[in-house]
Amino acid sequence: MSKKLRTRGHRVVLNRSAGGDTGITILLTIMGLFMFIPMYYVVIQSLKPLDELFMFPPKFYVMSPTFENFSDLFTLMSDSWVPFSRYIFNTVFITICGTLGNLIFASMAAYSLAKLRFPGRNAIFQLIVASLMFHSTVNQVTHFIILSAFGWIDTYLSIIVPSMATTIGLYLMKQFMETSVPDTVLESARLDGASEFRTYLIIAMPMVKPAWLTLIIECFKTLWNSGSSIYIHSEELKTFNYAIQQIVSGGIARSGAGAAATVVMMLVPILVFVLNQSQIIETMGSSGMKD
Amino acid sequence: MSQTPETNRPVKRSEVSKLRWTWQEMKNNKTAYFMLAPFFLLFIIFTILPVLLSMILSLTDFNMLEMPNWLGISNFIRLFLNDDIFLLACQNTLIFAAITGPVSYLLSLLIAWFINELPPKLRSVVTLIFYAPSISGQVYLIWKTLFSSDSYGWANATLMDLGIISEPILWFQNADYVMPLCIVVALWTSLGTAFLSFIAGFQTIDRSMYEAAAVDGIKNRWQELWYITLPTMRPQLMFGAVLAITNSFGFGAVVDALCGFPSVDYAAHTIMHHLNDYGGQRYEIGYASAIAVVLFVIMYSCNVIIKKALSKVGE
Repeated sequence: MSKKLRTRGHRVVLNRSAGGDTGITILLTIMGLFMFIPMYYVVIQSLKPLDELFMFPPKFYVMSPTFENFSDLFTLMSDSWVPFSRYIFNTVFITICGTLGNLIFASMAAYSLAKLRFPGRNAIFQLIVASLMFHSTVNQVTHFIILSAFGWIDTYLSIIVPSMATTIGLYLMKQFMETSVPDTVLESARLDGASEFRTYLIIAMPMVKPAWLTLIIECFKTLWNSGSSIYIHSEELKTFNYAIQQIVSGGIARSGAGAAATVVMMLVPILVFVLNQSQIIETMGSSGMKD
Repeated sequence: MSQTPETNRPVKRSEVSKLRWTWQEMKNNKTAYFMLAPFFLLFIIFTILPVLLSMILSLTDFNMLEMPNWLGISNFIRLFLNDDIFLLACQNTLIFAAITGPVSYLLSLLIAWFINELPPKLRSVVTLIFYAPSISGQVYLIWKTLFSSDSYGWANATLMDLGIISEPILWFQNADYVMPLCIVVALWTSLGTAFLSFIAGFQTIDRSMYEAAAVDGIKNRWQELWYITLPTMRPQLMFGAVLAITNSFGFGAVVDALCGFPSVDYAAHTIMHHLNDYGGQRYEIGYASAIAVVLFVIMYSCNVIIKKALSKVGE
């Protein structure tokens, strides 16, 4: 090639044009605003006093910020038929049990699929990959029949137990184990007399902490955000998200409290993600699917 | 190890018949099966069994109360020939999926590519901005406020302020606007796991590959993307495609929350809603199962087709 390469120091300067950079920056900014403005608007709404909520035209800033909506939310909570603390408890309880169960079961299965050789291993993994290809709501009718055969309808079990077998976390953990746990380390542990289960628990698991966190956030976001479910009828077993939906659909008078509840609800998963972002991205590095 | 050395000895494949060899291998790997068992059992019960059960029940008239009668394929005939709302739902589902699937996929890829060259600190912030809507649960309800049917909604207020309209538009109660609005909101929540996977994919590519490519005469960043980046990232592209397709059929909850059920004139009625309607409300389980089977087939064949197409990237 006759083209002369530009270099800076010893590095080749890549093919980047100023026009391209500007165009990309502009596009990214527009899309970023589209994503960001609604999120920002929820926060603003939750801080607006009543008169500012009903101002025409609506403003994207708040003149006299107040925490009134948050205290209103607590008043609403104590007035409701089922105490609001119960909704929150339900969400937290379901999320913790389901996520923990998924972490334990899926990591054991992931270790087995990634690091042990046994007949049927490929077929089982292919089945799990295939399950990623359809959305679980397609199953909900027959799911309902199975749950009612167990007598689990209208209990916590109907949400918690199926969520323990969520496949996306298992998939990501298995892929990550394959690339980041060297077989030689496991082999030497076995030679030292460690049982297979001990090898998994003491050697493999500490090496895949990023994958735990990824599995946790994948499972957490689904359970934390679970709203009304066709498997739960009793008001006192419903989740906080369901309660928020009731507040928001309670009409315009509740829009401040609704925004406040939404902010409370969204802060938790965002915080979990922010604290673990780099580890999650690290896990995703091995998320690829071979054809 | 608790196993005796004798059973632990790897058996040569040629020594014994295939069946015996397999059996021996299975015995040697008992622990593997034990570790897999709890997850796999739940997975079979709550994922595989429902699919099989749907397939069987779709051929009956099961209604949860009486013993089911065998109907053969007449549920499917009724679906395609006598159920106009189902055909409408099919149409809506395909439009919805054909837009949200590819657009969210390309958006994830494009944005991940753009932010790949940002400095690390800024990159984390930008990642958060794009990813946050997909993990924040019902935050999409804010779109109901932005597009509320009175003049306190941002969209109505702005249009009225500009004098384009004089009466507030009932956004989510108007058959003309329901579908496009739902698509926008669905896209807004769609930069999820696949997006993170792409970001990671871009980061794992070795810079020296680009430098080598520059030496070999790659002229601009588009060529770089097509000839080097995307082929290297093909496994991530596959994974992202699977998730994008699955999600594009699963936005029913978003539609419900925004438009109510049923949506006005069935304008945003999808197969998922039709399934809910017959399964969850009318208890025509046999018929609902037939709907589920159709949806299942559509999702699965989309995945197969897209996977075929993706294997051509960079050729």
